[in-house]
Amino acid sequence: MSDQPKDDGLITINLDGRDVRCRPGANIVDVAASAGVEIPHYCYHPKLTVSGNCRMCLVEMGMPGRDRATGKPMTNPDGSPLIQWMPGPAIACGTKAAPGMHIRTTSDVVKKCREGVQEFLLINHPLDCPICDQAGECRLQEFATGYGKGYSRFEEQKNVKPKRTQLGPRVTLDDERCILCSRCIRFSREIAKDDVLGFTERGSYSTLTCYPGKKLENNYSLNTVDICPVGALTSTDFRFKMRVWFLKQTPSIDTETSTGCNTEVWSREGKIYRITPRQNDAVNDTWMPDSGRELYKQVEAPTRLKSFLVRGQAASTADAIREATTLLKSGSVAIVGSGRASVEEQWVLKKIATALGGASVRLVSRVGQGDDLLVSADRNPNVRGALVTGLISKLPEQKLTDLAADIDAGRVKTLLVHGEDLTAAGLTEAQLAKVQIVALATQADAITAKAAVVLAGLTVFEKFGSFVNQQFRLQKFVRAVPGPDGAADDLVLLASLLANLTGVSTASTVDTVWTSIAAEVPLLKGLSFQAIEPTGVVLDGSSFAGLPFVEGKSLRYDPAAVTAVKAG
Amino acid sequence: MAVGIKVLERKPLTWSERMYLPEIAAGLRRTWRLMWKPKVTIEYPEQRPPIPAGYRGAPTLVMDPNGREKCVSCQLCEFVCPPKAIRITPGEIPADSPHAHVEKAPQEFEIDMLRCIYCGLCQEVCPEEAIWLQTTYSITHTSRADFVHNKKKLYEMGGTLPDEHFKWDKKLAAEKHGNAH
Repeated sequence: MSDQPKDDGLITINLDGRDVRCRPGANIVDVAASAGVEIPHYCYHPKLTVSGNCRMCLVEMGMPGRDRATGKPMTNPDGSPLIQWMPGPAIACGTKAAPGMHIRTTSDVVKKCREGVQEFLLINHPLDCPICDQAGECRLQEFATGYGKGYSRFEEQKNVKPKRTQLGPRVTLDDERCILCSRCIRFSREIAKDDVLGFTERGSYSTLTCYPGKKLENNYSLNTVDICPVGALTSTDFRFKMRVWFLKQTPSIDTETSTGCNTEVWSREGKIYRITPRQNDAVNDTWMPDSGRELYKQVEAPTRLKSFLVRGQAASTADAIREATTLLKSGSVAIVGSGRASVEEQWVLKKIATALGGASVRLVSRVGQGDDLLVSADRNPNVRGALVTGLISKLPEQKLTDLAADIDAGRVKTLLVHGEDLTAAGLTEAQLAKVQIVALATQADAITAKAAVVLAGLTVFEKFGSFVNQQFRLQKFVRAVPGPDGAADDLVLLASLLANLTGVSTASTVDTVWTSIAAEVPLLKGLSFQAIEPTGVVLDGSSFAGLPFVEGKSLRYDPAAVTAVKAG
Repeated sequence: MAVGIKVLERKPLTWSERMYLPEIAAGLRRTWRLMWKPKVTIEYPEQRPPIPAGYRGAPTLVMDPNGREKCVSCQLCEFVCPPKAIRITPGEIPADSPHAHVEKAPQEFEIDMLRCIYCGLCQEVCPEEAIWLQTTYSITHTSRADFVHNKKKLYEMGGTLPDEHFKWDKKLAAEKHGNAH
């Protein structure tokens, strides 16, 4: 249809009397949204196929007429093109932009259509907004206010359907609230590739159910809750915990894998209630795995470290730092950094290694099964950050056998460990008993139990920082809640160690640390923490192309394509 | 433009005012007259004033006539409360409860009476008619902690109020009956 060759390949359509430029074939709902016109819709989702079953997006549509006999454009007496309007309204989500197309979204016909659709949807919808978790972010509520009649003419009995159905371990379904938009069905089929949901029965009896004997238990099941326009699908974890209008949203990053899914952390008064995906079309679209949504539980985990310890005794921050400095100054230090630490912390750790006269630095690798979607094989979110900052120069190992050999040979007497459990990384009790350990961690584990000095740090939700994901995309996270009493920011702790070792006061906030990062790290030259876009900044990772990264193909990342580009 | 200042001139005392005694007499005359008028004060706390209709006293939670707690912890009162006196911990009604079909009820419901301004917005906003301002106006405790009325205290003060709708009973009946056709 793109018979209007323009330099930018765009076409012009007329939306409510206003000319709008858009891509040929673009979805009218999206075109209107980008022009600031809301076309209400339930079933349409930009990342899913169009099903066109909710009928809420009905608009009037017309095309410039052509004379059948001559094929010439028909014109009005004043010379303007004659628009031949369709006799009935059309669904905007099923309409693709074509040159000269005219759309009306504010006419009386459209208004009546919306009122009618809304009225039918509300016929069997229970009026239990006070107990419905979706209230406050419910499309049905919003559109009933914006486009509904404002009153009900329905006097019969409402339909009865199953309530409180457990569709799977994490999703609870209330069928009475379902408006049959089929978003969840399409998501399961098209994105999660786990086709377990479907409608049974007909007409007003239509019911969303799981295939008999199956459950909605894939690792992406909670995305169906996110895209459900009403309160039919609810998260069992978040159910009845807090109303959404109390919650503050903070942009964050999923730390479970190197995919680096963009997330939104919802908190109230220092307590996190849920984590949802944040749209980033270059990383995770609008999805995230269920496993990443439970990470907030580490904030209030019973094992959380809430005080500094020197040889098992609670100590003040100053005493713990002083003791740690003494241990580090005693020499023969090896550093075990973390692929879970932020770029800034890794940078300061690198400085500490330099200040200790080039102490050896290792990371612990975590590799699991990737799922080709949003869980990548590398379970460390920031191994590439350590490469970029120069903390390490080769990929980390899963077992620290060389460190074990060093300890056995007596070459290493002190260990500075950042958030890693070394027993899991292959070090034996006997080997750990031979060294003095300074551990910076958030959770109590086998290492903090043995450590001479324990510094209590913060989780990703309690600090600022950035990660470099598998695409070499630098993405930042922001503090959602304050840390617990007795813990301190990892970056501040590392910076105080560095200051004690060098005798020079040093930067200890992300902004100030970035000044030195931007000056000294070639790949991050000229950047600042403020300058990192919400969707991230792509770094040039070509100098690391030779490294055997473990990640396979995922939603927005294809290692084969990256290698091909590098080779080409 | 700032508000202008108008200086009022103090009038000099008249001759009789300066004489002092006539003014004393005038004062005594007024006292004498009021002594025979009806009293406007009462002997509080032995005597209590009549409470007018629509009086806004302490907010309380109420049960319906069947003993079901009406609050479903929607937290609208917590949201609307201007001095942020209300604090609710929502929770799920256990499946074995006779009211399991209501699904949601407060685990804890606290109103800080040192913060409450008796505005009545909580009662106005409540979609379940569960929170009512009663006529209690004298709330005294011996510690600040006691001024935070918890759920138990709020139900003690609220008691049971008649219901016209029995909305949730109708819902349960419909659930048991199934679809009409």
